[in-house]
Amino acid sequence: MILSYAIWIPIVFGLIILIYGSERPSSGVRYLALFGAVLGFIATLPLVLQFDESTAAMQFVEKLSWIERYDINYHLGVDGISVWFVVLTAFINIFVVVAAWEVITEKVSQYLAAFMILSGLMIGVFSALDGMLFYVFFEATLIPMYIIIGVWGGKNRIYAAFKFFLYTLLGSLLTLIAMLYLYNATNTFDIQTWHHAPLDIVEQILIFFAFFMAFAVKVPMWPLHTWLPDVHVEAPTGGSVVLAAIMLKLGAYGFLRFSLPIAPDASMYLGPFVIFLSLVAVIYVGLVALVQKDMKKLVAYSSVAHMGFVTLGFFLFSPLGIEGGIIQMISHGFISGAMFLAIGVLYDRMHTRQIADFGGVIHRMPKFSVFMVFLAMANCGLPATSGFVGEFMVILAAVDYDFWFGVLAATALMLGAAYSLWMVKRVIFGAIANPEVDALTDINGREFFMLAVLSICVLWMGIYPKPFTDIIHPAVIHLLEHVAISKL
Amino acid sequence: MDTFDLIAIAPELILAFIASDLLLTSAFIKEKKADQSPDVFHTPKAASFVYFCSCILLVGLGIAFLFRVDDLPYYAMYGLFQSDPVANLLKAVSCFALLITLIYSKQYLIDRGLFRPDFIVLALFALLGQLVLISGSNLLTLYLGLELMALSTYGLVAMRHSSGMSSEAAIKYFVLGALASGFLLYGMSMLYGVTGSLDLVEIFRTVADPRINHLIMAFGLVFIMAGLAFKLGVAPFHMWVPDVYQGAPTAVTLLIAAAPKLAAFALLFRLLVNTLLPLLADWQPMLMILAVLSLVIGNVTAIAQTNLKRMLAYSAIAQMGFVLLGMLSVFDDHAFSASMFYAVTYVITTLGTFGLLMVLSRKGYDCETLDGLKGLNRKHPWFAFLGLLMMFSLAGIPPTVGFAAKLSVLEALVDANYVSLAVIAVIASLIGAFYYLRVVKVMYFDEPSHEHSVSGSTIAKGVLGVNGLMVLALGIFPGALMAVCLDVMRNTLLGG
Repeated sequence: MILSYAIWIPIVFGLIILIYGSERPSSGVRYLALFGAVLGFIATLPLVLQFDESTAAMQFVEKLSWIERYDINYHLGVDGISVWFVVLTAFINIFVVVAAWEVITEKVSQYLAAFMILSGLMIGVFSALDGMLFYVFFEATLIPMYIIIGVWGGKNRIYAAFKFFLYTLLGSLLTLIAMLYLYNATNTFDIQTWHHAPLDIVEQILIFFAFFMAFAVKVPMWPLHTWLPDVHVEAPTGGSVVLAAIMLKLGAYGFLRFSLPIAPDASMYLGPFVIFLSLVAVIYVGLVALVQKDMKKLVAYSSVAHMGFVTLGFFLFSPLGIEGGIIQMISHGFISGAMFLAIGVLYDRMHTRQIADFGGVIHRMPKFSVFMVFLAMANCGLPATSGFVGEFMVILAAVDYDFWFGVLAATALMLGAAYSLWMVKRVIFGAIANPEVDALTDINGREFFMLAVLSICVLWMGIYPKPFTDIIHPAVIHLLEHVAISKL
Repeated sequence: MDTFDLIAIAPELILAFIASDLLLTSAFIKEKKADQSPDVFHTPKAASFVYFCSCILLVGLGIAFLFRVDDLPYYAMYGLFQSDPVANLLKAVSCFALLITLIYSKQYLIDRGLFRPDFIVLALFALLGQLVLISGSNLLTLYLGLELMALSTYGLVAMRHSSGMSSEAAIKYFVLGALASGFLLYGMSMLYGVTGSLDLVEIFRTVADPRINHLIMAFGLVFIMAGLAFKLGVAPFHMWVPDVYQGAPTAVTLLIAAAPKLAAFALLFRLLVNTLLPLLADWQPMLMILAVLSLVIGNVTAIAQTNLKRMLAYSAIAQMGFVLLGMLSVFDDHAFSASMFYAVTYVITTLGTFGLLMVLSRKGYDCETLDGLKGLNRKHPWFAFLGLLMMFSLAGIPPTVGFAAKLSVLEALVDANYVSLAVIAVIASLIGAFYYLRVVKVMYFDEPSHEHSVSGSTIAKGVLGVNGLMVLALGIFPGALMAVCLDVMRNTLLGG
């Protein structure tokens, strides 16, 4: 029942907020949302505490018949690959609620309700073991996100909301057909049965591409990444945090749950193709990030580059690569979430995100600057931060696969350092040129709390990643053993 | 005619009797002195009486049909009339759809001086036509039902005689409708000429006979398909749909847009599956072309519309394309039940959509353009939320019922190895998602341009709320309705 609680506590709270909150004074709604978010997070803790690290099988399994007609079940469960994301989603949700505290003044209840519901739906995606259940959760996340971008977004929000929705829908509709095809072949929507479905190479390639469309758009992989910067720039802070920290991971997670095990031969066959796209993302998009003038856009491009590491790691087919990719996903959740919160802190005060408008922030916001510098360091993969662990593992795996791939991937670390630190230099350091910067006040307790907690997570994961890898390891080994057996 | 026959046709008989009776009685109801206005049609007391009786009648009929859903197929009146599970389910939904339509439109009609006994009675006669059509098992019964339904709706469209738009729509509808009936009748006459029978069961038996003239048969089929396509409103026979949807008063648009789609589905089912199944190879490619054209034309053209009713008309064309897609697959109760599920859930969603438009209209103002919905969320978040549910359902986004419907049709397509058609269908839906999203955008993202007012009785608003939540609830738990559709289809096909 733990997984059901994790999914439905936030959704039920979201609905309560939606129903009661619309007419009431907004502060009560905020406490209610915070209570719901914390409760939802506490509900996920047993998943990690009681997790059995000795097995790769699904744990905390729940199974109820949902649509008998098509043998669709309400089938939930987590393994080492997915469990951390369930916890991460609930965790990040707390920060989204806190980040909105004083900032969102219009339609507060709808804003909070949308995020609460979104959080529950995303946990559903990570814990679904039934293809159709996965798809329903995966698609349903579009609705709250569309509203969030469109209602509370920036100037060009409508364009961004449509681009987000239609781009994602295009990919997922093809996935739906692939799922129906698999249903036809196996007479079930059970994902674990699909893993063992006999498919010839042509079927595998077609299915691989159908899934690839959905997941590559979501990750996003180059060249399907163009929606992400637009959406990040327009989305409200909370939207950006959820998008970068969790939503991008839905796609990467899909690769591990669907593409690799269902179409192992196609994945092997097309592996070099995906590796190529990932390397382009890592290097080219890294270069693009370098020239951005808008801070959010810069972090958005850096997200694409970091997610490139994730897909690179997955398609090297080595334990180190896949585990590195998963670690990178979790770490990116913390770092990018914190980065967007930090940018939100600046934006709330200055109502601009242009790098050129800043400079010398450290003279007025010393506490904030400590966090910002630290996060930038983490973003470029400084050892002892979580950013280092995942990237290092993936680079090691890439060197193992082919020396030159490793070299190319490693250049990305340099690029990451270049754009992150250059941004910090221009925003935080230097003399104060803009009178508005001169009037800045340092972060308050609420903002300090958000950045501090996330920074501690980044440090903890960077210094002692063992708890994470211990849980991930058995599931990854099991996955690789499964992928190694050809279906042909 | 024996007792069983009488029992089989009893609901239709009662409906016909009461409808005629209401028309007569209403003429003798004295209006209050204060209400006597120069407008001879201004008869609030009589109209209220007829409205009240009709609602009770419809509830009773709907429940009666629901009780009969499990009955075995039965041919009455020497094979003219057929009562089977599919028919009973469709009839029950039709009755409830008309009931809900009447509830939604009461205030709207009062505001426009259309709340008259003859309006409601005409709607009842249209329903009678539908019921006869759904149960027809003889070409003539089918035609009789079709014409009764069509003639009543022509009258309803023309009811708002002061509006040029309505008159134009009515004439267009009538002329094209008559033409289509002609096509259908011509096709039926060929069928009769070749097989020598008007009885559907008899035709089914003879049509596969190698001795009959296949060429004439195919010709007849083409005409029948054209007539059917017109009645369903699928491309390229869709020209009347946008004009009529836009021109008719919203209440009438809903009358045309909701329940008649079920009747058209029944007609399709009776003629193609029950009767002409042996000619599968002939009608399948035609259906395929019609379906793909509807999906593409409907969805692409809808993007350019700013009038909501017109947009929903094009959306209806595309949605009917989906219904046809379900009928495409090989002889399979799964596929047909998927189609039926699609049609039924589409009716539920349409009711809510037009119901919302009527609730948002008021005296002297019709909410029918995109601008009319601007910023609805700011003032009436609940109605905006209902609109959001309807739009996402029409677009087929989970967890609304529209997704479950699309899922079942797509599954049938993939099952029948029409993967490429399924791909076309989803790409068309992707295009369609754009204009549904635009409605949501207008309601949620834009600033209000005028004051929204909500009219309609508490009952209407309550029913609308239930309607909206049903779209969500059926989307989350579609299993039960899907199972009912499948059972009904299976019992009909195996028992018949």
